[in-house]
Amino acid sequence: MSTTRRGPNPALLVLTYVGLIVLCGIVLYPVMLVCKKAFEPGSQFALSASPVPTAVTLDHFRELFTTRGGGGELLFLRHAANSIVVALLTTVVGVSLSCTAAYALSRFKFPGRKTGLTMFLVVQMFPATLLLLPLYVILNKLGLLNSIAGLVLVYSTTAIPFCVWTLKGYFDSLPRELEEAARIDGASPWMIFRKIILPLSRPALSVTALFSFMTAWNEFIMASTFMTNQTKYTLPVLIQSSVTEFSADWGLFAAGAVVTSVPVMIAFYVLQKYLVGGLTAGAVKG
Amino acid sequence: MSELELVGIRKLYEGVSRPVIPDLALTIPSGQMAVLVGPSGCGKSTTLRMVAGLEEPTAGTIKIGKRDVTNLPPAERDIAMVVQSYALYPHMTVFENMAFGLRIKHLPEAEIRKRVTAAADNLGLTQYLERQPKALSGGQRQRVAIGRALVRAPKVFLFDEPLSNLDAKLRSDMRREIARIHQQSKTTSMYVTHDQIEAMTLADMIVVLKDGVIQQIGTPVDIYERPANRFVAGFFGTPSMNFLSADLTATGERQSARGAGFEIPLGHKFSGAPTLRPAKESVDRIVVGIRPERLSLVGNADDVALSGSVAMREVLGAEVVLHLESAAGPLTVRTDAGSAPRPGDTVQVWLDPKMVHVFDGATELRL
Repeated sequence: MSTTRRGPNPALLVLTYVGLIVLCGIVLYPVMLVCKKAFEPGSQFALSASPVPTAVTLDHFRELFTTRGGGGELLFLRHAANSIVVALLTTVVGVSLSCTAAYALSRFKFPGRKTGLTMFLVVQMFPATLLLLPLYVILNKLGLLNSIAGLVLVYSTTAIPFCVWTLKGYFDSLPRELEEAARIDGASPWMIFRKIILPLSRPALSVTALFSFMTAWNEFIMASTFMTNQTKYTLPVLIQSSVTEFSADWGLFAAGAVVTSVPVMIAFYVLQKYLVGGLTAGAVKG
Repeated sequence: MSELELVGIRKLYEGVSRPVIPDLALTIPSGQMAVLVGPSGCGKSTTLRMVAGLEEPTAGTIKIGKRDVTNLPPAERDIAMVVQSYALYPHMTVFENMAFGLRIKHLPEAEIRKRVTAAADNLGLTQYLERQPKALSGGQRQRVAIGRALVRAPKVFLFDEPLSNLDAKLRSDMRREIARIHQQSKTTSMYVTHDQIEAMTLADMIVVLKDGVIQQIGTPVDIYERPANRFVAGFFGTPSMNFLSADLTATGERQSARGAGFEIPLGHKFSGAPTLRPAKESVDRIVVGIRPERLSLVGNADDVALSGSVAMREVLGAEVVLHLESAAGPLTVRTDAGSAPRPGDTVQVWLDPKMVHVFDGATELRL
């Protein structure tokens, strides 16, 4: 006796794809408009709703890469370097502190554990602008205004609560039997963390690394408040400076936005292979 | 070769008023395998975890080879453990899993390779050494877990229901494997299970636990043939032992158990029993136990007959289990498949009075 497998209803399939294409269009349309402006001549935004440029030029990119500051240095390169250093340091500091903190919160009992976790949540509730003034005062007292270290400190403290909660949730899901087996094998807590927990936590570590990187890379308000010296600007501050109260070069702005988004896309591409489940397959009988 | 000794072990969890283990004393002689058996929640796994160092006893002392290890971390106890869920490191190969503990001990690489290869060879894992656990079957994974314990050549092996996740066929294979390894290594072992077949087939000594209290310690034959109380008698044996409530009657030297529809002569077995009043005209409540395979459809001259109607008939292949309704209560009979009556039939079953077990009706202890 033969059995026939019925596929999905073709009409439903077409409808699903149409729906998905429309949603993709809604999401991508603003991005396409920015790309269009980056490659279109002129500094004003055209009123046309079409995402296709009428003419193509690389002038905005040329201007972006060749504009020099008062000291003769290439502004874009200088600010890109600032952004990269700030974002990478924030990622390293943020991830390393949050993964150790999250592991401790997940596995050990100590006074203040619950309060600490709640406080991490509470600080997430305040908008960043509310923290501007106190952070400014703190950085000023520490002598860290206009410094990369100051910005890394601010970004890390902003990223850590989210990262700790994300990682703690992941660590909680790892089977404790593995750690017990390692303890019997003679492993110290640090060795268990390094050799068992961290290798199994690559998906969660990738997410938190990406979040930390993006927090630092895209942030504008704090960078523009704490970095008053033009040589210390990060890329978002540089891009924003092309649109001022008196003049607006939207072409340069759009070219800057396109170029700035490239590292984030690369980071996504590099980390996506780690964003997979099933790393603990075979560890314990589920 | 090391003796494992537990003295005055008590375990009370925080926020709980009743201890899981009130006061446990147990000695496993060097080279023996003790199987801790009992129903869920009886404290057998907790006991094992305390020996492993994964749980701290509230009071008491644990000694391995006369050395007090109560306050030592697991790594310093010289033990190895195999658990139900395998607990293999999923990102490491079989070789790395087995070598992990040896590398921590900083053994020379050649020695590690030698030990892992020998264990893999012993367990039939040689061809899987480079595979990760996810590429192995359940039985192979459990073998790796056993191999990981084996390579460390510990003083004590601990097994926490290692076969519970395997299907019936694999379980029986692995049971033989564990028995073989124990025969080879003669390492002192503590094995926790709720499976009485595992307990009977693997144990040098069985420790029966209930509510954290040892009910009986003995060889498998002891436990089966001379259960210390009604709980042990009912826990071992499939189907479970039949229990019949009765009065102990005594006429002169002769004692018998008299219940609804039966009278079983008990001979002189209970003359010294402390809970019974001296024989004469005294009467006491007792429970008579008889295993289903000791009830027969054919009787001998001295046998006692019980009659009942067949309520259910379970065919097990070579044997049949009959469930009877009788005046004395429900009865289970294990008999040959060919001669078994049908549901609804009224039958007489016979028991040999010498084969019954008698328990005190109040204390449930063996008399």
